[in-house]
Amino acid sequence: MTDLASRIRQDFPILQRKVHNVPLVYLDNGASSQRPVQVIAAMDEHYRMHHANIHRGAHTLGEESTQAYESAREKVAGFVNAPATHEIIFTKNATEAFNLVASSCGRFFLSEGDRILVSAMEHHANIVPWFMVAEQTGAKVDWIPLTSDGQIDLEAAHALIPGAKIVACTAVSNVLGTINPIAEICAKARESGAVSVVDAAQLAPHLPIDVQALGCDFLGFTGHKMCGPTGIGVLWGRTELLDAIPPFLGGGEMIEIVDFEGFTTAPLPYKFEAGTMPIAEAIGLATAIDYLTDIGFDAIRKHEVDLLGTTFDMLTSAFGDKIRIYGPQDINRRSGILSFNFGDIHPHDLASILDAEGVAIRAGHHCAQPLMRTLGVQATARASFYFYNTKEEVEILAHGLEKAADIFGI
Amino acid sequence: MTESIEDLYKEIILDHYRRPRNRGSLLPPARNACAYNPLCGDEITIWVDIDENDTITDIKLDGKGCAISQASGSMMSTLLQGKSLTEARTVFLRFKSMLGIGKNKTDIEIFDPEAPAGSQLGDAEALKSVRQFPSRVKCATLAWNAFEEALGQDTAVSL
Ligand SMILES: Cc1ncc(COP(=O)(O)O)c(C=O)c1O
Repeated sequence: MTDLASRIRQDFPILQRKVHNVPLVYLDNGASSQRPVQVIAAMDEHYRMHHANIHRGAHTLGEESTQAYESAREKVAGFVNAPATHEIIFTKNATEAFNLVASSCGRFFLSEGDRILVSAMEHHANIVPWFMVAEQTGAKVDWIPLTSDGQIDLEAAHALIPGAKIVACTAVSNVLGTINPIAEICAKARESGAVSVVDAAQLAPHLPIDVQALGCDFLGFTGHKMCGPTGIGVLWGRTELLDAIPPFLGGGEMIEIVDFEGFTTAPLPYKFEAGTMPIAEAIGLATAIDYLTDIGFDAIRKHEVDLLGTTFDMLTSAFGDKIRIYGPQDINRRSGILSFNFGDIHPHDLASILDAEGVAIRAGHHCAQPLMRTLGVQATARASFYFYNTKEEVEILAHGLEKAADIFGI
Repeated sequence: MTESIEDLYKEIILDHYRRPRNRGSLLPPARNACAYNPLCGDEITIWVDIDENDTITDIKLDGKGCAISQASGSMMSTLLQGKSLTEARTVFLRFKSMLGIGKNKTDIEIFDPEAPAGSQLGDAEALKSVRQFPSRVKCATLAWNAFEEALGQDTAVSL
């Protein structure tokens, strides 16, 4: 099962490094993945040989940069199976994508008393922008509850969606790893005339995306969790809606004409891309998409499911009741994310002890405080895998937990 | 890191974590304040009684969080119990300088690492190694920040 990992690990120089004199075991991929030399080289090449600003000036470098940036957009369009390339808007991250949707939809069609439906397992990036727009428009944020094993309560969702103006839901929980029935939720939203906004930040790195099959209206994700650079994110939206809503940020590139009376907006996608965009980052993201599709999402998924199964078995057999794993027990319903608590050891303490063993995990509320409240915990420890992680690394994690148990006497 | 993880989780720290001293709350007119670390959700609420001679006559804490934040609060409460506000100020300066977060040069030198163990900050000296774990310094200072807030910026103890 470590075939894939052993084949591609040398693409990631950072995975060769040591921390505290022991090999790094990087299990914080849910927060940010690492990137392969191919992505680093593509950005390096852009800066060394091709960089100039895009969509301006008829000179060679400007044309090469524009060409590379627009090819990146086409690459992303193919990656999510968008019906049209102009439906791909580059943003700085997923957070900006959701702020764009919330702000522009808010100004276009939300008003006093409207209902914005948000799932209780959202990341703050798909919560706070809605609270902000609710404050501005008088709309109200309402919650889709979860079942006790950390899945969307579909029955409740079906009852709540009719009458809502917005349905905001994550495709994969960044805490529980739960893979949500997004197509079903979006179908219900469409049937009821609600606009659906899908957070694909934890989907894009691990599973193929097809916005047409999902039937959503907006979908956003971020480059740095999928082997791409920081500073680049993507918003996909349906043409009809992107045309209808007002622009988000104002400035250069997003206008057609500016005169003493005002401005007119540029056509899609430029209407939503104000100012100089992250050009090298878009190129890096396109390279990351090539890298991931070369490996293949089937192979990635298979590797991660194997790893998750191993981890579940290893941790529950070694620690029994001492370890409490949150979210669905059925591995097929979750992505490579494992949130847990270990005895009465606070996740923060656990993270420090594991770090001394070279193991990087995340501890805290994972920017999902409403979910923490639902789970009745203050914080969790989270190990999150990617295709380059190995079974040996899971063993080191288990060993680190043993050490924590020793120190805390549990 | 020159310190090992066992230095961070010394017996005495785990003892204060598992059996926190001065748990509870006080009634008004006790001053109180709450400190919260939004990064990890740790929280500590503190109550302090101060008499007319500026002596801390009672101190109680409540909260949830990691071993470092909770043990540090417990240790602080035993250190400050019965101290005058002027003495408390010295304790604060020492504690912060021990963790390398004093505001000026004199502050930084005020904790003497060569002094006999426990002679300056009692049990709280066990938190010395937190300095080697920069991401945990905020945990160690959480209760102390709550105390400062409870006293308000205008008192002698405020740094
Ligand atoms: C589910 C989910 N949504 C949104 C985000 C925000 O991503 P970014 O910080 O790159 O905008 C994250 C990452 O932390 C996430 O896990």
